[in-house]
Formats: sequence, structure tokens, C-alpha cells
Amino acid sequence: MSMEMEMNKLEATAAQQAAGDVAIGANIDKIYYGDFLAVRDAAVDIEKGKITGFIGPSGCGKSTVLRSLNRMNDLIPIFRLEGHVHFLGQDVYGKNVDPVVVRRHIGMVFQQPNPFSMSIFENVAFGLRLNGFKGDISGRVEKALRRAALWNEVKDKLKQNGLSLSGGQQQRLCIARAIATEPTVLLMDEPCSALDPIATRQIEELMLQLKKDYTVAIVTHNMQQAIRVADKTAFFSVDMTQGGRTGFLVEVGDTKQVFENPKENLTKEYLSGEFS
Amino acid sequence: MSTTEQTTMNPEVVALGDPDLSFSFGERRTLMNFLQTVTLWILAGIAAIPLISVLWMLISRGGLRISTAIFTELPPAPFEQGGGIGNAIVGTLVMVAIASLISIPIGILGGLYTGLLNPDSRISALIRFVGKVLTGFPSILSGVFVYAWLVIVMKTYSAIAGGVSLSILMLPTVLLTAEQAFRMVPQRMKDAAYGMGCNSTQVATKIVLPTALPGVMTGVMLAVAGASGESAPLLFTALFSNYWIGSFTEPTASLSILIYNFSAMPYENQIELAWTASLVLVLIVLVFNILSRSFGTRRV
Ligand SMILES: Nc1ncnc2c1ncn2[C@@H]1O[C@H](COP(=O)(O)OP(=O)(O)OP(=O)(O)O)[C@@H](O)[C@H]1O
Ligand SMILES: [Mg+2]
Repeated sequence: MSMEMEMNKLEATAAQQAAGDVAIGANIDKIYYGDFLAVRDAAVDIEKGKITGFIGPSGCGKSTVLRSLNRMNDLIPIFRLEGHVHFLGQDVYGKNVDPVVVRRHIGMVFQQPNPFSMSIFENVAFGLRLNGFKGDISGRVEKALRRAALWNEVKDKLKQNGLSLSGGQQQRLCIARAIATEPTVLLMDEPCSALDPIATRQIEELMLQLKKDYTVAIVTHNMQQAIRVADKTAFFSVDMTQGGRTGFLVEVGDTKQVFENPKENLTKEYLSGEFS
Repeated sequence: MSTTEQTTMNPEVVALGDPDLSFSFGERRTLMNFLQTVTLWILAGIAAIPLISVLWMLISRGGLRISTAIFTELPPAPFEQGGGIGNAIVGTLVMVAIASLISIPIGILGGLYTGLLNPDSRISALIRFVGKVLTGFPSILSGVFVYAWLVIVMKTYSAIAGGVSLSILMLPTVLLTAEQAFRMVPQRMKDAAYGMGCNSTQVATKIVLPTALPGVMTGVMLAVAGASGESAPLLFTALFSNYWIGSFTEPTASLSILIYNFSAMPYENQIELAWTASLVLVLIVLVFNILSRSFGTRRV
């Protein structure tokens, strides 16, 4: 009995060591929506304390891959994944894994701002209450709103409905909501596409702050943004050869290397198109 | 090249000259607009005539007898003077309450199933179909149905039977509006809740229910308002009583049946009371209608 526990412990530490600096190790063979092969061969490591950027043409499966990291895609009945996603050494798609728990550790910010129809305060406090947080809720709410660069705009109207804010403010509210529970990893799917340049800069600042404590993966269409914030960049592309449009990972590496000295021709062509 | 383009485009602009932005009545468009507005106002006025005259009649004839006695006293016997309709007001409220207790939970749970949990299943299609059929269900048949299944079995007319027959009429309104309200909650909001680590039950209770609540309440209030005014289903189920309600298993008075009974009587006192009961009933219905509107306009 105790032997078995020892063994389990050993195995766990071994798995953690194997994980090393990797928060999420994605080894995706295939992702299907029904019969449609949406993504193939995507192996990306999301490293701890770094920002990993996902770039690539529209429809290449960036969102699909990102959403499969915290099992958000489980909500789509026709979604099917072949392969593994390891979160701190554990397989997220393992048999005994509860996707609900996975999502509490791996937070998400969506492309469209989606605050709840409740007060600004309650929006940010939502995850804390959900997790049964017993400490100083107001303090955590204020901290999250400050980090999301929204505090000064809303501190006098915390009781107002979150939907009464402007689009950009709503998005920052959603970021505050996601970071209030201090998830281990934060996934962001084009979080700035609804924001003006100033708010975008604020969010980028925030991301750079966040990476001191967290791990961030961000999908972006904005190459400048990827260069500004991402430590590592993963470039995806689509190939039309197999009948459908199947996305795949072309290359992943340090952002500087991918942009200045890409290994693959596909990356070169895409980047030269973007910057010409 | 550019000059030729300009010369071909400019004449039209120049022809218009300096724009005259002042309001002019002579223009055809303004005139038509004015005529149409006037016509519509007249038509709306005509449509409102029956409503206003009924209200006027109710207030002028039913208002005469409004006093505390109306609410605290029992209906008078023939040739007796005075009296009130207290037991009928209580009876109506009690039976509507019983009907609400049955139809609101079932309706909301049904709406939750068809609108949120499993919208595309065959059971949902069936529930929706039954709801729509029930919407057009003749109210008197609801009374007959409950008579056959409850009154005969219990061997008595009762407030319970009255409440059940009203609940059959309320159910489709509650169900279909609740379903609609749950469907209106944007998928993005549900995604956000799942993303925060909610399971489906938590998404339903913490996000979908509260967000849809104003819409659900609108349907509930409309159903309550509709049920308050029903008379046909009560005729076979609650019958009437001249006394205060003592238990849920005895014949029970209601405003609508009181109006029906008293208005046919040859006594002035009873006829006056029928008018007053009508006014009270309309006010009750109006209150619930206004409540439903106030919920509906609240921001989701
Ligand atoms: N729910 C779904 N059901 C079926 N197919 C889907 C679904 N979501 C995405 N797809 C398909 O999967 C492919 C990848 O989509 P995805 O949204 O991941 O692309 P993306 O790289 O995020 O594109 P964009 O940059 O435009 O957001 C597309 O061909 C898309 O049509
Ligand atoms: Mg996308």
C-alpha cells in the first residue's frame, strides 16, 4: 500500500521533471470537426513564464489548437482530437480528467468580449466565488481590475452592469475576470481585435507584466503585436492538397528567430507578404 | 484625364445649386408624411374607442361601490343590501396561486430543457409541439378535462381543481416564453462561463437563469394575468361559494364566476357588485400586465 504510494509519488515527480519548463506540451496529431480534418501535426510547447504567440492565415486552426489546450472544444459535439496535451505533466485528455477542473487552471480570454450580465464587481468576483475563495474578494477584484488597466475607469461604478461598458472596456473586464483567479496559464484568442491602439498597448503591457507570474498563449493577427510581446512564436498554415483545408504547424521557435530568420519557406513567404 | 472627369461630373452638382435645407410644407414627400401620420392617429383612436369605453363604463359603474366593505364582506343574498366580493377576490388569488405553483416550475424546467439543455432532441420537439397546441386549447375544455379527472375522482368541486385547470392554460405561455428567454442568452456568455470552469449545471444556474430571468418573468406575469380573468375553466372545477374559502377541497368563489352569476340576476345590488367585481378583475389583470412590461424592458 505505502509502497504503491511511494511509487506514485516517484512517478509524479518524474513526470514533472520531464515537463521541465513546459506548462503545456501539446502533441496534436489530428483534430476533426465531424469528418472534416481541421488541424494536423501540431506539436507546440507552451513554456512557463513566457508568452507564446500563434500566428498564421485565417482558418489555419489557431483558435482550434488554442481551445483544445483547456478542452474548450469539448463543448462542440463534433470535435475529436487525436494526440495528447500535457498540462504540468498530466494528460489533459486522460481518462480520469475532468475538463471543468482543467478550465479552472487554464483560463481563457475570447476574441469577442463576453462579460456576464451582472455588475462589474460580480463579473470579476465570479471565478473567485465559483472556486469557493474565502479571502478578501474586494481586494482581489481591485487588483485584477488594476492589472487589466481598467480600475481607474470603473472604480466609481462597480455596481453597474458589465454590459454597459464600451467594447474595449468589456474586453479588459474579461481579462480581469480571467486573471482574478490567478490561473496557471492564460489563453487569449485575439484579445485585442476589438480594441483601439491605446487599449491594445495597455493589454500588451499587461501581458508583459503577467508573464512574471503566469504563462500566456496568445493568438494574434497583428505581426507587430507578436514581435512586441511574444517570446516564442508558432506559425501555422493551411494546405489545400487533401481536399479540405487542413491547418498545420509550420514552425515554432524564438520570436526573433522566426521573424528574422525563418527555417521554413512557407514562413518566409507569409511574413514577406505581411510586411510588404 | 482628371479634368475631363471633373467636367463630366460637375454639372449635376452645380445644377443643384446651394442646398436649401429649410423645411417646406409644399413638398410632396412632406405632405404625404403628414397625411399618413394623421391617418394613423385617427385609426389608432378608432381602435382605442372600445377599450376606452369599456374602461370608462367599468370605472363609472363599478367605481360607485368601491369601499373597504367590497374587500372585507361576503356577497349579499337576494334582496339584501350592501355586501362585498371579498371571498371572490381571495378565491381568484388562491386559485391563480395554485395554478402558478404548478405551471411556473414545470414551465420553466420545460423551457430550460427545450431552450438550453437539449434543444435539438425529439423530446424537445414534442414538448414544443404540445406547448403550441395547448396555446390554442379552448379554455372550457381545460375545465371539462379537470372535471373528468379531478372533480369526479375527488367527488367535490374545489380550489385545487380550479387551480389545476388554470395551470393548464398558463403552462404554454410560461413554457414558450421561458424557452425563448433561455435561447436569447448569447452563446458567448455561456462559453465564458464554461471557460471560467463552470459545469453545465453551474452555467444554467449562475448564468443562463439570472440572465434570462426578466424574459421568464414577462411570460409568467402574462400567464398570471391571463389566468386571473378566466371563467370557463372554473365553471366546471371550482364552481362558486358564498362563503370565505375554508379549505382547498371545497367549492371556491372567483371574481369571474361572480360576475357571470350576479350580472344575470334581477337585483340592482348584485348587478352593481358585478360591475365592481369587473373593475377589480381588470385592475388585477392590469397590474400583472404592467409588471410583465416592466420586466420586459429591463436590460438583459
Ligand atoms: N465549431 C466548428 N465546427 C466545424 N468546423 C469548425 C468549427 N470551428 C472551426 N472550424 C473549422 O476549423 C478550421 C480552423 O478554424 P479556426 O477557427 O481554428 O481558425 P483560425 O486560425 O482561428 O482562423 P481565424 O484567424 O480566422 O480566427 C476552419 O476551417 C473552420 O471552418
Ligand atoms: Mg480564430
